[in-house]
Amino acid sequence: MRDLALAVRSGGGFGLGLVFFLIVTVLVPFGVGPETARLAPIAPGILWVGALLACLLSLDRIFALDREDGALDLLATAPIPLEGLTLAKAAAHWLTTGLPISIAAAPLGVFLSLPWPGHLWLSLSLLVGTPALSLIGCFGAALTVGLRRGGLLLSVLVLPLYIPTLVFGADVARRGAEGLDAATPLALLGAVTLGCLAGLPFAAAAALRVSLR
Amino acid sequence: MTLVARELTVGRGGLPILARLSFTVEPGRALILRGPNGSGKTTLLRTLSGLQAPYEGEVEPGPEAVAYGGHRDGMKGQMTVAENLSFWAGLHGVRDIEPALRAFDLQRLEDRLAQHLSAGQGRRLGLARLLVTGRSIWCLDEPTVSLDAENTGRFADMVRGHLAGGGIAVIATHIDLGLDGDTLDVRPYKATLEALE
Repeated sequence: MRDLALAVRSGGGFGLGLVFFLIVTVLVPFGVGPETARLAPIAPGILWVGALLACLLSLDRIFALDREDGALDLLATAPIPLEGLTLAKAAAHWLTTGLPISIAAAPLGVFLSLPWPGHLWLSLSLLVGTPALSLIGCFGAALTVGLRRGGLLLSVLVLPLYIPTLVFGADVARRGAEGLDAATPLALLGAVTLGCLAGLPFAAAAALRVSLR
Repeated sequence: MTLVARELTVGRGGLPILARLSFTVEPGRALILRGPNGSGKTTLLRTLSGLQAPYEGEVEPGPEAVAYGGHRDGMKGQMTVAENLSFWAGLHGVRDIEPALRAFDLQRLEDRLAQHLSAGQGRRLGLARLLVTGRSIWCLDEPTVSLDAENTGRFADMVRGHLAGGGIAVIATHIDLGLDGDTLDVRPYKATLEALE
């Protein structure tokens, strides 16, 4: 809750990812040309990569700000387990980036000439997939929190881990747009997210304990 | 609850700083840590608070009884004084933040954003947080930095009140707070190479 209120108030944290996503989406037609035949096939992939990068943008703030002002030490000594803390942080990150992006993606699909049923599939795939992005990012942020200028290293660490989510997520959107059955990649995408949910809070908490030392 | 440290060796970055440190603090007593910069006071306090594991030895009770107060207050500039305190109070399962606000005369600043506080006011807010943790052992690192004489007195009163309620305070400080307790000079415990063997 505190993180949510903070993200909204810090001005720049919240919405920054969304605006970035918007700009990427609008830039692509300028780059590859406005023809529907060319845009439509790459639209799901572009939108997913855009969402992924937008998520990445705010990751290094997850723990770094709390470490700077000493709040991380105090949170670590508070009567909540670090696993719970990292889960709350990931949830707050998702609510401020993943959720708005998932909602905005459907109307943005129009910019990229995404065929009609594809919009819903795209939003659905982002809704299912972005929690995994936040969880993986939270783990990466926990790993790099002790480092100065860890932001770059964080991107290098986290981006490869995003590949399964990207592959299945973009596949759901593509199949949905082409009118094919998208249930299988959607199930796999959900499995990736659930797997992250089950394991990564523990890994992130362990990483935090090490970097607090 | 008595704070006991047995044969404690603490350090940072793999290097022991203090070795074979043993002490006992009875309820209602304070322990003042003294020593020059870099002598290991902060490391000892962080170990007592469970933020890092001791290299050797043990501490009783565990970190769940300890409230840590470090150099930085952990308060969010974008939230008001009352919101900051309420957050920490909620985390520790305490409802009422009024006594904490009163202890440091923060009622007038209640609705001020923490980023608009002066250094001293921010420090007062950070120390008021100790009251909402509801924990019996306080480990404080240079708590009086940027406090004026009046608020240093308030702080001493707050610690005295805590001690009177059966609490314990371990404080690293260079000034005399006039508390009821012992002073521990950490210099003799400085870890030497032969202590590592």
